Amino acid sequence: MKKTAPAEFAHLKRLENISIHILREAYASFKNLGMLWSIGKDSTVLLWLARKAFYGHVPFPLVHIDTHYKIAEMIEYRDRLTREWGLTMVVGENAEAIEKKETFPDGNCDRITCCRNLKTNALKHTLDGSWPRQRFNHELGRYERDRNIEPYTGVIAGVRADEEGSRSKERYFSPRNRSANWDIGDQPPEFWSYYKTDFAPGTHVRIHPLLDWTELNIWEYIRQEDIPTVSLYYDQGEGKRYRSLGCWPCTTPIESTSRTVDEIIHELKSGQLSNIAERSGRAQDKDDGGGLETLRRDGYM
Amino acid sequence: MKTQEQMNIVIVGHVDHGKSTVVGRLLADTDSLPKGKLQQIRDLCERTSKPFEYAFLLDALKDEQAQGITIDAARVFFKSSKRHYIIIDAPGHIEFLKNMITGASRAEAALLVIDAHEGVQENSRRHGYMLSMLGIRKVAVLINKMDLVDYSQEVFDRIRTEYGEFLSGIDLQPEVYIPVSGFHGDNVAAAGAKTPWYKGPTVLGALDGFSLPQRDENLPFRMPVQDVYKFTRFGDSRRIVSGTIGSGTLKVGDKVVFYPSGKSTVVNSLETFPAPEDGGGPAPEVEVAGNAVGFTLAEQLYITRGDLACRADQTPPKVSTRLKVSLFWLARQPMSMGKEYLVRIGTAKVKARLEKILRLIDASSLVASESPQAVGRHDVAECILHCDQPLAFDLSTENADTGRFVVIDNFEISGGGIVQEALQDEQSWVRDKVLVRNIKWEKSAIAREQRAEHYSQKSALVIVTGPVDSRKKEIAKAFEFHLFTQGRFTYYLGIGSLLYGVDADIKTLESDSRQEHRQEHLRRFAEVAHLFLDAGMILVATAADLNLEDLEIVRTVLQKHPVLVVWAGNQPSTDVPIDARIHGEESLDEAVSRIKAELQESGIIFRG
Ligand SMILES: Nc1nc2c(ncn2[C@@H]2O[C@H](COP(=O)(O)OP(=O)(O)O)[C@@H](O)[C@H]2O)c(=O)[nH]1
Repeated sequence: MKKTAPAEFAHLKRLENISIHILREAYASFKNLGMLWSIGKDSTVLLWLARKAFYGHVPFPLVHIDTHYKIAEMIEYRDRLTREWGLTMVVGENAEAIEKKETFPDGNCDRITCCRNLKTNALKHTLDGSWPRQRFNHELGRYERDRNIEPYTGVIAGVRADEEGSRSKERYFSPRNRSANWDIGDQPPEFWSYYKTDFAPGTHVRIHPLLDWTELNIWEYIRQEDIPTVSLYYDQGEGKRYRSLGCWPCTTPIESTSRTVDEIIHELKSGQLSNIAERSGRAQDKDDGGGLETLRRDGYM
Repeated sequence: MKTQEQMNIVIVGHVDHGKSTVVGRLLADTDSLPKGKLQQIRDLCERTSKPFEYAFLLDALKDEQAQGITIDAARVFFKSSKRHYIIIDAPGHIEFLKNMITGASRAEAALLVIDAHEGVQENSRRHGYMLSMLGIRKVAVLINKMDLVDYSQEVFDRIRTEYGEFLSGIDLQPEVYIPVSGFHGDNVAAAGAKTPWYKGPTVLGALDGFSLPQRDENLPFRMPVQDVYKFTRFGDSRRIVSGTIGSGTLKVGDKVVFYPSGKSTVVNSLETFPAPEDGGGPAPEVEVAGNAVGFTLAEQLYITRGDLACRADQTPPKVSTRLKVSLFWLARQPMSMGKEYLVRIGTAKVKARLEKILRLIDASSLVASESPQAVGRHDVAECILHCDQPLAFDLSTENADTGRFVVIDNFEISGGGIVQEALQDEQSWVRDKVLVRNIKWEKSAIAREQRAEHYSQKSALVIVTGPVDSRKKEIAKAFEFHLFTQGRFTYYLGIGSLLYGVDADIKTLESDSRQEHRQEHLRRFAEVAHLFLDAGMILVATAADLNLEDLEIVRTVLQKHPVLVVWAGNQPSTDVPIDARIHGEESLDEAVSRIKAELQESGIIFRG
């Protein structure tokens, strides 16, 4: 059952309206559109918004980068929703780095290089179609090589401005040049409801429908809409829960006894976490000087 | 639980007048900073022997701190006892105006900072002008650095009077003027002891005092159509018209009209997800301004992205190709006469040119310049835009949302503006009739797509034109015959054949008046053609010496139906864009296959 009290959640309606508007603009403007789905709470809210915008359909592929170090429950959850919601699921990876063990857990590089190998590079080559993509075949119930190798020209991502410094400089529609670089000093103007939906050949655009949402908004919306989330976000009795999900070797849970969505909302509102960065459990951030700027410029999400 | 109201605010003003300082102070005084952050920056300044600045606090980016200025519209979150705020920090350097506009257009309220010591500067005025153009009405003017002028009421009053006069000239009435010292915190979050003569609110108090602007539900219903969805997966047969309501309300049973075409029908359902039968809440009784909605129609209309949905019982929008506007230009390359641009208004996107620059205004001084030829970067101008297709819109004074547009140059949003007046164009007399025709049209139960599927073709008008003595009739008839033998649904019509029946009342034998009636003759021809096309046919017609003006009349009547022009003869003596050209030496067979290829190319018939 929905727990919507209209006046109380007017701000969620407002955020939802803008996000849906942006998703629809993106769908109308880009022939090759894809949406990144990290399995985390933000991109799952985004997926839910897409189902709202298109009335139960998600008319573009979801792209997931498998680092092979994701917590197992995340992958199970991904494939369950893929089946239940009839999603077009595309998975990419850096097979070479994994095979050659050029990873931090294997002890062969630092965290930043590992992120660059398993995430940034995998993402870049999956998006531009130069590395193999695996697509879920709903009839056979398994992944198979995707025949579509066209580059995605529009990429929807669930970044929020309040997450960390560099993301707060984003636009809803943010162009990237050929080498996926982000020119932070010279971004297009964006006013009223007009976004950068015209783009030169060879460039692509990142689309950020959740830019105005806060961590609290995300949880309030998960509660209002009853959106399924992985259990890793909740304390299972050990006084710990994950606040931000990533690869297990670089992600640590926070001290928290919140077992339910309601308790998380209460915890966020109480201010207990207000002086702790949301991604404080993500070790690579610290290694990048706190801003993630280096990784972000290269195309990290 | 308390309501979680949220307000976006923007802070603007001339560079170095203290925007970052005021923001930093607001954060510090509302306890919104991460623990130890302020001290960390103070320590850093001490270590590097730099005086502490609140600006450092806001510069989250490494290289930005190296530059020492805030370079982009950043967001800062804080809350008062009343609501949550998002500050969109806008920088003051002139080359960053586009960031300021980006920030300001998302804001519901603005703080405009003026240095008490320096007084009103160029960008104090320019930013005030932009706020007015962007439609922000909740404005507080902060007269900052009062500590540098000994908290003098006289200085405060002088600036207030000077700036107030400027603002009233551009129709902007600030809600309040506040004397502050960002650096020392006077009147930012707490009343300052040094300004006993000031009885008004603090900055925080003024913000809390602003009411959130409500989308006006009493204005006529307007919804730019974003798309028409027909997702057939999972056996879904709904055809959902989607968009975000700009103003007004919509409910089931309302008669809607889509502009610029004027096609109309009744709302059948308001769609939601999850649908009520799938465990979602009940569908709303009424959808209101601001909502991203979807609805189905009682009858199938050919609607596309770019149409403007309105209600039949309310004031209709304006429809024209010529707009008198006020616009601002942001791109380095000036906006120049004759060059082709794209104009986006709502979801419509059409080609447009600057027809005339009526007056160029220096935004910072409001001085108008004489006989301008181009609109330069950061200029504001009044001008006439001429679009190559009709647009539906409102005047900005009547409906802000549907009265503003952006101009695209070279893939970039390069300017924006508001519509002041809808001007007549050469097609107005035709279009007015077409609008009424469409609103009054009694619709068949068969949709356009169904006919297309049934006949395996899209309807289209193929006009074969050329000099009087060319082979146009021969070619057209051969083409009709070929289509017919291929099983196509087609008809040949010579434009002259209408003269004695359809045109009997306007037809006279005197050549003078024939010329006079030429336009009406063409309009009637196009109306007849419209019937054939509506029935799903490929109509092959001939007309001697068709020119662009003639074609425009035909296009206005036929609206979204495709029109192909074939020129028979060697040297085209027309300004009409030609889709296929048949030379004098070419055989009829060759001519037929070339026209056919053109139809295939346009997707009207399939290959094979
Ligand atoms: N004395 C004094 N200096 C101020 C005050 N507010 C800002 N400043 C100084 O004015 C300079 C410009 O301020 P800043 O906030 O960076 O301006 P911005 O460019 O508008 O963001 C800085 O050196 C500030 O320390 C104030 O109230 N009093």
